Amino acid sequence: MLQSWVIIPVALAYLGMLFAIAYYGDHRADQGRSIIANPYIYALSLGVYATAWTFYGSVGRAAADGVGFLPIYIGPTMMMALWWLVMRKIIRISKANRITSLADFISSRYGKSALLAGLVTIIAVIGVVPYIALQLKAVSHSFTILSHYPEVVLPAQREAVPILADTAFWTALVLATFTVLFGTRHLDASERHEGLVAAIAFESLVKLVAFLAVGIFITWGIYNGLPDIFARARAHPQLTALFAPLGGTAGSYASWAWLTVLSMLAIMFLPRQFQIAVVENVNENHLNKAIWLFPLYMLAMNLFVIPAAFGGVMHFSSTAVDPDTFVLTLPMAEHQEALALLVFIGGLSAATGMVIVETIALSTMVCNDLVMPVLLRMRAIRLKERQDLTGLLLGIRRGAIVAVVLLGYFYFRFAGEAYALVAIGLISFAAVAQFAPAIIGGIYWKGGTRAGALAGLVAGFVVWLYTLLLPSFAKSGWLPIGFLEEGPFGFALLKPYALFGLAGLNDITHAMLWSMVANVGAYVMVSVLTLQSVAEQAQAARFVDVFRRAGEALDVHIWKGQASLPDLKALLARFLGPERAEAAVAEYARRRNYSSPADMPADAGLVQFAEMELAGAIGGASARIMVASTVNEDALTIDEVRTMLDEASQVIATSHELKQKSQELMAATAELRAANERLQELDRLKDDFVSTVTHELRTPLTSIRAFSEILHDNPELDAGERQKFLTIIIQESERLTRLINQVLDLAKLESGRAEWQVSDVDLKAVIENSIDATGQLFRAGNVALETRLPDGARFVRADRDRLVQVLINLLSNAVKFVRPDEGQVGVRLFDHAGSLRVEVTDNGPGISFENQKVIFEKFRQAGDTMTEKPQGTGLGLPISRQIIEHFGGRLWVESTPGQGATFVFELPVSPSTIRNDPTGPDLYNATSQE
Amino acid sequence: MIQSTLRSQRLVAVFLLCVLLFNYPLLALFNRSAEVFGIPVLYAYIFIAWALVIALLAVVIERSA
Repeated sequence: MLQSWVIIPVALAYLGMLFAIAYYGDHRADQGRSIIANPYIYALSLGVYATAWTFYGSVGRAAADGVGFLPIYIGPTMMMALWWLVMRKIIRISKANRITSLADFISSRYGKSALLAGLVTIIAVIGVVPYIALQLKAVSHSFTILSHYPEVVLPAQREAVPILADTAFWTALVLATFTVLFGTRHLDASERHEGLVAAIAFESLVKLVAFLAVGIFITWGIYNGLPDIFARARAHPQLTALFAPLGGTAGSYASWAWLTVLSMLAIMFLPRQFQIAVVENVNENHLNKAIWLFPLYMLAMNLFVIPAAFGGVMHFSSTAVDPDTFVLTLPMAEHQEALALLVFIGGLSAATGMVIVETIALSTMVCNDLVMPVLLRMRAIRLKERQDLTGLLLGIRRGAIVAVVLLGYFYFRFAGEAYALVAIGLISFAAVAQFAPAIIGGIYWKGGTRAGALAGLVAGFVVWLYTLLLPSFAKSGWLPIGFLEEGPFGFALLKPYALFGLAGLNDITHAMLWSMVANVGAYVMVSVLTLQSVAEQAQAARFVDVFRRAGEALDVHIWKGQASLPDLKALLARFLGPERAEAAVAEYARRRNYSSPADMPADAGLVQFAEMELAGAIGGASARIMVASTVNEDALTIDEVRTMLDEASQVIATSHELKQKSQELMAATAELRAANERLQELDRLKDDFVSTVTHELRTPLTSIRAFSEILHDNPELDAGERQKFLTIIIQESERLTRLINQVLDLAKLESGRAEWQVSDVDLKAVIENSIDATGQLFRAGNVALETRLPDGARFVRADRDRLVQVLINLLSNAVKFVRPDEGQVGVRLFDHAGSLRVEVTDNGPGISFENQKVIFEKFRQAGDTMTEKPQGTGLGLPISRQIIEHFGGRLWVESTPGQGATFVFELPVSPSTIRNDPTGPDLYNATSQE
Repeated sequence: MIQSTLRSQRLVAVFLLCVLLFNYPLLALFNRSAEVFGIPVLYAYIFIAWALVIALLAVVIERSA
């Protein structure tokens, strides 16, 4: 027999066990040996997603729709695949900003707006409290059903039970106590509850075991396996409809898809899921295992839903039993006392897990984002002056928990069997789905603004209210049903289930479509049209770029004002308690490498740290208010930030300019140094030149003087000898004169003071003249001269006399270096690529490679001047080169030692003669024929 | 880091596979009154595809861990 006196102690024993686990978990956490710091506990605790609505309700939905309920669990499986990208980012952001609730997350992202936080809290409470009521109802009903064992009696339309005799009321009270005890044991800056998470993970295990047990019993205990159930169901009149191709219309696939999307969002943004997945997360790497373990959990949870549903329908075809109760009533009908009790415990665990976590999440939001901001702003109660607020905070938190649970209870008592309660599961999902644009948009798009988020949330929430919640009220009889059927005041276009005439979709699909259009549309449009405040911009960057930030050190603190460390510490102490405040500040000082907190400057970093610590306890928006009131803070306007940025960029520009200046200076210095070196080089060259010139002058002078002395001292010399000596003296004098002329000539050329008489000169004529002038030299040395000159005249722009000088120099050099009698000198003039080239070839000893450059330097001659008698002045070639280069040509030598030398110079063809001469092209033809 | 982005890409690929598997038109292909081992083909398909996706997730996660 299962009497109340059996069920109640078992249920209480189960809750007692939860207490024990939670207590043990907290105890271990205090010792620093966490039992929840592993991915398996994390994955199991995510199972809080499966509530009593899953445990009992799935079978009910399956009995009506077949596979239609599955997207609610397949959606989360799909979302889990994206968790590594999305949820990891949300967790990282939340940890970095000490975010402890959904409301805190959204408000922090949009500039710590208290208004936004309040709005999110209100939506969450309205959307989720009825869901809590549903859990209480499930516990109460399952208890009532079980207590009538072995008869299967459904609780009739609720008769007016006094509150004190209502199991749901006591359930609510016990759960509120449990939640208060383990949810608000102390104020934690990160709002984590280790013991509680351990208990929730245990509950997930219990409900899975219970559901699998009853599923296996139904499938193999009552029937003969799955094929048996399906074969019989196919023949059953109530079930054949579920075997025909179902959902064949496009609308059904659409609703399937939308249900998937809806549950994808729910798994992230239901307050209890956010609490477990983000706030209670110990280590983001736990996501790894959860990504496949949690879907596996849901698969296991759903394996026997359809067999249970079909089995129930067939079993109770004669009696009217609510399909929602099949998992409990089937074992009862088969007289399985223990199994029925296990199922009841399983349902209890599903319901309590949901209520506990949801309540904690909601109470955090209500306390931090609804009550505290109001209290802090009310001057009458002078909250800001109170010293220790930790007690007050805990009190508010506990009050909020009790209030939320009782709110759920009273809604259950008020709504009873009404549609508004029965259908609340998905309606609740659709409510929290409204957070998605603001959150997902907020972590990937910096442009989302506070006004945009507000507009999106309000628009989405209003559409949700109009297309889902109000219709559910109308179906419950709380509003005239005409509101549904004819539209408000008879406006058919505004019918809540067919807004603007969009019919043919089921209510959830229809509501999701319109609410998302309104929500996303308003969020994006308003964001694009409004400007972000400074705080919003800073927060947007903190959120979107969370992975790019190496650490706090890189944070730019856009903040201006004066703070004092004692004030900030006192502020922390008021909300966290003196010891924790002291410890936190000391830790922060250590992190910034100050030996004692007293040495630390009360700068923007410290203020931000204090605000963050406070945010963990009272939420971002309230923390902002408190910090702003404690430190002497100047509100920053956009203009001021612009000024700050301008100043910063000016500093950058100035330093950039300085760098450029110093680079220019360095370049100038280098140039100066080079110029100085060149000057010194020139100076040295001049010295060299002078000493060389004097040396060169001394040589002929010495011989003139020596021979003159001989003549002077020896008057008895015979006439032949005297004649010979006088000839030498004359020659040396000539050499001296030539040398002096050439030195003067070179000096004129180098200083640019030489006079040039430039005209079109016929190079061929110049060569012929030069050969005539040097004819005596050739004849004297008996050197053969061969000339190869073109037929016509060849003009260059040059000074005729200077060219003659060059040619005579080259010809006389050639004669000088060939051996008399065997010498052969050749002169050639030909066109070469737009220039005229003159070659003077000899068959002398040639010039070694190293001397080929040297000979063009002043006073340098091939061969050793110390041992051989110099044969020239050493200035002829340098002068010739200067002359040729002056006319835009070049002069060089080609020679292989032992095989003679060829001196070549090139001069550009006179441009005027090319233009004027019609035979111009022939010039080039002649060239190619050469 | 490279491994982490590679894992992200694989996970996104699994997600896209899910979108394909659990939607029209693939669902419609299996939405017929046939049976495999006594189980309606649509039910069998959904659960097998679901298990396959979980196995893929496990392989992606555990192999790159």
